[in-house]
Amino acid sequence: MTQIHSLMTGPAPLLGKNPERRETRDDYWRAGGYRDLSPDVLFNRVKAAGLRGRGGAGFPAAAKVRAVRASGSVPVVVANGAEGEPGSAKDRWLMRARPHLVLDGMLRAVDMTRAACCYLYVADDEAADSMSRALAEREPVVPARIVRPEHTYVAGEETAVVRRINGGPALPTAKPPRPFEAGVDGAPTLVANVETLARIALLAAHPQIPDSLLLTVSGRGLEPELVEAPVGTSVQALAYRADRLDTPGVLMGGLFGGILDPRRLVTALEPAALDAVGSALGCGAVHFLARGECPVALAADGLVWLAGESSRQCGVCVSGTTALARTMASVAAGTAVPDDLARLGRWSQSLRRRGACGLLDAAANLAASVLRSFGPLVEAHLDGGCTRCTADRTPDADRFRVEPPTVRTTSHPVSAPR
Amino acid sequence: MKLLLDATLCQGYGVCQEKAPAQIELDDFGYAAVLATEVPADGEAAAAAAVAACPNRALRLEPQR
Repeated sequence: MTQIHSLMTGPAPLLGKNPERRETRDDYWRAGGYRDLSPDVLFNRVKAAGLRGRGGAGFPAAAKVRAVRASGSVPVVVANGAEGEPGSAKDRWLMRARPHLVLDGMLRAVDMTRAACCYLYVADDEAADSMSRALAEREPVVPARIVRPEHTYVAGEETAVVRRINGGPALPTAKPPRPFEAGVDGAPTLVANVETLARIALLAAHPQIPDSLLLTVSGRGLEPELVEAPVGTSVQALAYRADRLDTPGVLMGGLFGGILDPRRLVTALEPAALDAVGSALGCGAVHFLARGECPVALAADGLVWLAGESSRQCGVCVSGTTALARTMASVAAGTAVPDDLARLGRWSQSLRRRGACGLLDAAANLAASVLRSFGPLVEAHLDGGCTRCTADRTPDADRFRVEPPTVRTTSHPVSAPR
Repeated sequence: MKLLLDATLCQGYGVCQEKAPAQIELDDFGYAAVLATEVPADGEAAAAAAVAACPNRALRLEPQR
């Protein structure tokens, strides 16, 4: 069962005081939420804090708000809680446990963009129930609707979000246009991850709030953990906590940040530092290999997962993810030839920025990270394979899946909406 | 001008690459890859020919914004 832990020195602003219980409107009000604040003041705080999106891409939140506002027409706001990354549980936990923090953030995004309506985009049943109750407990001044996509890897990609809300399937479309230019019903649309919105609500309540991240830490043989940590915490601090200082590799950022070289464990969980070592924070999911596990087997499993989650719209993604997955599997099985490594090297570069969404980029980056950080190990697989891989060669794409921590709900009935 | 490819539409016919070899290459799987989105002035005619040649209308030219 997934546990909850804080690495903050003081209070944990995102986890709150009672992370195992669903926070009601009244709890949230008592914690300082829902207070009036001018959207211009808040916008300046968001900008000064340098807040970046917590869904995966890490785009500066203030720039996104400004782009939507600058277009001239009336915008739409979407709270994105799709959480398609299998190793991430933090968004579902946030909506299940702290729905009012998310709702407050969304309504403040509506204020800052002067949007006419908003959507909550949620795949998980329990999270959708929790958000729906929150909407009943605090009715927004603009129309707010919950939209329920299937739980797939690509459903949370921002063009897939827009397409689903517009009545289509939750599948990505080619860019441009991006949603901030033309999104829901053609209106400029702010699609913001629910943790990003929660952070906006925290900034509204406390201008000096410490900058923190929600992380989902997992690995075979580990009890998964939802962790709140200060921005800049090292990967090593998480490894220490998980008793995996001897880890042979760390899958970073969900499936998006590739496998981190264990010699890079001191890297800070912060976008620029991770970018400098070819990794990424992504959605904050961190998966530690155990001693005795092989990074090549992990990459092969990750590529199988991605190939299976391709929405099969782009020919290059269907062919590219399949080829990457098959070839990495043959390296793991010890049946690859030197030309296979050359092909992996070529594809890991040439398949970037080719698909309508980032899934193929994640696959290319995963392959590239293995070749870059584990070159001698990969070469060694050519001579009769790898004992660690062969000991562990039931392909297991489900190894990444993490369920959110259990959240208790108060038993007394919900009071009538105010 | 910008040369844009909708990867969901590309079926790998490959005719675009014949029309604009300086701007488009075909990958190992036969799908088109735009080498540089920005089209130089002396490449616009070739890019336009590639756009027109695609049986699936996967390519388009857009003015710079």
